[in-house]
Amino acid sequence: MAKGTVFKYGDNVDTDVIIPARYLNAPSPEELAKHCMEDIDAAYAVSVKPGDIVVGGWNFGCGSSREHAPIAIQASGAACVIAASFARIFYRNAINIGFPILECPEAAQAISNGDTVSVDFASGRIVDETTGQTFQANGFPPFIEEIIAHGGLLKYLKARQDGREA
Amino acid sequence: MGMTMTQKILAAHAGLDHVKTGDLIEAKLDLVMGNDITTPVAITQFDKTGFTRVFDPEKIAIILDHYTPCKDIKSAQLCCQAREFAHRFHISHLYDVGNVGIEHALVPEKGLAAPGDMIIGADSHTCTYGALGAFSTGVGSTDMAAGMAMGENWFKVPSAIQVVLKGSLQPYVSGKDVILHLIGLIGVDGALYQSLEFTGEGVSSLSMDDRFTVANMAIEAGAKNGIFPVDEKTLDYIRDRVQRPYTVYEADPDAEYTRQVIIDLDTLEPTVSMPHLPSNTKTIGEAAGLPIQQAVIGSCTNGRISDLRAAAEILKGRRVAENVRCIVIPATQSIYLQAIHEGLVDIFVNAGCAVSTPTCGPCLGGHMGVMWEGERAVTTTNRNFVGRMGHVGSEVVLASPAVAAASAVAGCLTDPVTLMKGE
Repeated sequence: MAKGTVFKYGDNVDTDVIIPARYLNAPSPEELAKHCMEDIDAAYAVSVKPGDIVVGGWNFGCGSSREHAPIAIQASGAACVIAASFARIFYRNAINIGFPILECPEAAQAISNGDTVSVDFASGRIVDETTGQTFQANGFPPFIEEIIAHGGLLKYLKARQDGREA
Repeated sequence: MGMTMTQKILAAHAGLDHVKTGDLIEAKLDLVMGNDITTPVAITQFDKTGFTRVFDPEKIAIILDHYTPCKDIKSAQLCCQAREFAHRFHISHLYDVGNVGIEHALVPEKGLAAPGDMIIGADSHTCTYGALGAFSTGVGSTDMAAGMAMGENWFKVPSAIQVVLKGSLQPYVSGKDVILHLIGLIGVDGALYQSLEFTGEGVSSLSMDDRFTVANMAIEAGAKNGIFPVDEKTLDYIRDRVQRPYTVYEADPDAEYTRQVIIDLDTLEPTVSMPHLPSNTKTIGEAAGLPIQQAVIGSCTNGRISDLRAAAEILKGRRVAENVRCIVIPATQSIYLQAIHEGLVDIFVNAGCAVSTPTCGPCLGGHMGVMWEGERAVTTTNRNFVGRMGHVGSEVVLASPAVAAASAVAGCLTDPVTLMKGE
């Protein structure tokens, strides 16, 4: 479960604005978080609170493969990203690092900046508590759910490797 | 139902006779690649997880190309971390300053990618090797770490868009114009989660360098990969480079495509992408006259020898406009040497260009040509997002080497056909 204030952005939010390349030379999560969203919303990094929710439109996270992008959002304190759709590398990266993402075009369109939104990750249910609207995010295939349950791809693979060698 | 070319490669590497769109598979990898930005993050994850060996030190490439020669202390630290890892695991394909090239030009040049291969790289433009009839796709650092440890990774089998090329490329029109035009047609998420499979009689008129450029920017349409059929030009290219067995795959005649897009190369015009999306395309005729302060000719998209030749043809005997900085970056050391031998570097320097050692440099606003507020560049790179080449208030126009060179001479966006006819 997560509940927080929404930071809403438009379509095609690219990884260059999520975390500009000029900051990739210092890839610690804490450093990346300081500059998250800087080039589209300078206020984000200083005003986001733990549990807040980022909402984007279509093709969220397009562009570069930099995993620094979901790392920056995660380290900024945001609980998850809700978007109409995700660019595929960002989608993989978020799942691989165990950062929750929810694909839900209806929620992405209806939710407004500043709304209070709660998310139940287990069921994919999204509630806009400001407007009272509820939404259902698309589910994940079982294989991906297993990665998420392990807390990310590497923990999942290590558990499997250790299992094989045991 | 038949399989696309991509699906056949995925099936073979998953040990399956058949796959279909949407299947989740685990596939064996022929190459795992990373650069100086993404590899350190992968190493941190690799070590933190407790992996103690790599699956095959011959099948990992670490290419220090983005911020190199190191632009600052922090980037020097990243390179040291990558070198230490490469030495620790005896990784044979470590490419460092003096020996390095931009990864997506270097990997094919060194014969590390072959037809039918299954390749992941922690860089979004890894899709470039589809030009050789390989499946190659960009991933993040955790996927790279997983690939290095296990030699395999998970994939969702994509559907495909068939892109049919008709006719043949006209003078001063190149692979860059093909891919910018296509992205303009289908949008930056027009091929999201899908393959772009190029086919048609027009493919034969595209040089390998053109095909690398086209496949390179498949990601800018959201695609998982872009892929070309293997023909005589492909086999000529790999003949002296690839020293191992490989497999040529073809799409089944009854392969299913979600959509077909036809591009007529006979009538294709030089095309540019205006700020701030690659899909924001115009023909050069529509965009001509817009002032620029910088031109960049290089990158994994357009830093190959035919790109430099196209730029040099226009810059020969001319001068870069007074208010323009023109930066030329050969993509690899061997391209650089060839450009020297062919006299291209003379032409560039005489025209007033800065010629750099291979680096990604300005493409991502790293170094070697970062812009201040209000400045605009025409570049042969691949992204024109907000702040991509520097200040959030600077602008990038994507173009071919011929358009970038003509614009550098004129000081504004210029059609190379007009420039060459006008004198």
